[in-house]
Amino acid sequence: MFVINCPYCGPRDEHEFGYGHEAHIARPTLEQQGTMSDAEWANYLFLRTNTKGVHFERWVHTKGCRRWFNVARHTVTHEILKVYKMGEPKPDISAENLPR
Amino acid sequence: MVEAYQRRSALAHFGLNALASQKADGAGITLGESAHRAIINIRGDAKDPAFTAAVKNATGCDLPAAANTVATAGDVRILWLGPDEWWVVGTDARRAGLIDGLRSAFAGQHTNVTDVSESRTVITMTGPAARDVLARGISLDLHPRAFGPGQCAQTSLSRTNVLLHQTDNAPSYEIYVLKSFADYLWRWIGLIAEDFGMAVKAE
Ligand SMILES: [Zn+2]
Repeated sequence: MFVINCPYCGPRDEHEFGYGHEAHIARPTLEQQGTMSDAEWANYLFLRTNTKGVHFERWVHTKGCRRWFNVARHTVTHEILKVYKMGEPKPDISAENLPR
Repeated sequence: MVEAYQRRSALAHFGLNALASQKADGAGITLGESAHRAIINIRGDAKDPAFTAAVKNATGCDLPAAANTVATAGDVRILWLGPDEWWVVGTDARRAGLIDGLRSAFAGQHTNVTDVSESRTVITMTGPAARDVLARGISLDLHPRAFGPGQCAQTSLSRTNVLLHQTDNAPSYEIYVLKSFADYLWRWIGLIAEDFGMAVKAE
């Protein structure tokens, strides 16, 4: 169990949240969709980075404000390195560049 | 809306008035139901002065912009639910007036007014052991340094989604819960309260 700092409600227990998998996967535009191959569709729909290290992922505060937001989490230590709102750019954090 | 003569609160089957007549000396908590409140969900942009002015106009109450807080004016309360979402809560008698007032005050604005009164009932809990009872099923820090009167939070209490509002330092709490979960939650509180002693407030 860990505490997640909801960008709207503040720190809450993990069980109040739902997990939404990898963040920053852009939906293909209508134009791209018309010409995409099966392999490209498979990549968009199913293939994920499966990171060992800093992973950027979506969470939703199901039992609280019901808002979605992004989290940068280290998949080995489970340390939450940053919580940021939807629409904000992916932070420049990597295993070699951890905020301290 | 249900015909008034058919309206029955979610906890009426427990016979709260009969329970309230039983002796409960030294009870750690007193439990009751505040049924049939007007609960109106509103959405809008807290940074838009036209929106906040419209809310104030229609309800007489300021819109609480700070997270997890409640504003009160007379018999109307506004509870913060999220960055662009609130509940306007009042007596049943104010329900139609508040809804109409909000809808006309919001005319032309990108907002939303939804009557959710019939979805919830409110369990009231007061007494010196109230914090200890809640702590058995809640992950929030209810210590006075972290949560006090005028604060609210949507969270889970014994796996049930609730909106918890602390109203005074007794401490007293109001627990907004879906009607279909009210029976379970009342029984669960009763079970926990066996360790502290429980009295029931008449309807
Ligand atoms: Zn939240």
